[in-house]
Amino acid sequence: MPWTAMHERAAESIEFIRETMVRSASFTAVPGQGGVAMGAIGVLTAVLASQAPTPERWLATWLVAAVVAAPIGLTATLVKARRNHVALWSASGRRFMQGFLPAIVAGAALTLALVRADRIELLAPTWLLLYGAGILAGATASISVLTWVGALFMALGVGAVATTGQPWADAWLGAGFGGLQIVFGIIITRKHGG
Amino acid sequence: MAARRSALRRKDSTPARASHQPPQAATRAVNLDRLIHDRTRLAIISALAASSTLTFTELKQLLDLSDGNLSVHARKLEDAGYVTCTKGFEGRLPKTQFSLTEAGHRALRQYLDHMEAIIRHARTRSRS
Repeated sequence: MPWTAMHERAAESIEFIRETMVRSASFTAVPGQGGVAMGAIGVLTAVLASQAPTPERWLATWLVAAVVAAPIGLTATLVKARRNHVALWSASGRRFMQGFLPAIVAGAALTLALVRADRIELLAPTWLLLYGAGILAGATASISVLTWVGALFMALGVGAVATTGQPWADAWLGAGFGGLQIVFGIIITRKHGG
Repeated sequence: MAARRSALRRKDSTPARASHQPPQAATRAVNLDRLIHDRTRLAIISALAASSTLTFTELKQLLDLSDGNLSVHARKLEDAGYVTCTKGFEGRLPKTQFSLTEAGHRALRQYLDHMEAIIRHARTRSRS
């Protein structure tokens, strides 16, 4: 075999090994259908929250939505993992959670701190930025499309910082926790098996 | 991700010497480990190098292999001492788990070294 052909074959082999290792180490039980369901809750919540008469009612609306959506996401992940015979606490699953959960915990703690400081107007950017940061961190151990989801959430968070205020907050939150989750939920459902 | 990259880039001193001695590199490149040069077996080894343990079902789905195909190739790797196979039960369901042995890790590293030596040699030749 000529050296140029061997060289190309060797490069192909190295790329093949790299791709296989990346696929093997990726957490694939990301729920597309669950994402769509959570997105629908996000859109509904944005509409309801925009009509809330007081900041307290606004906050309560979004917190109820989070309490409803979180078990849906978790259940959908468990169902997909079981259907695909993937262990949720596999090495890749643990790495995904190690990336994702710290930002969520930080978001919960900052929510408490901002409510106590009566800075509710800062909640929307905080939630969007930290949720996006969590997804971006988790994406390093998961499917590549999550990188886009995380980056777009963070972009919406930056937008929310620039236009801090309740009318805009629902638009940004609805676009993120509603629109983005529905769009990427559909993409994940189609490309990554449900 | 970094661990995967470092695993792929890990080198010992042998290929470094090979870059200064193209003819030897060429000889070594030809003496490939034929057992893992096969694409299916290379995929099994690579997948197990990235995930410490994978079940039969996980490997089958990840690499899009049939039960028979995976069994045959996994058995060859097991016979060579590159892979260990542990059979057990999860509840009532049988569960077969594969993991890479130290010999398997070494074989993959050597295979990567071979590939890198070939690429280096081709580059050296193209410059001269």
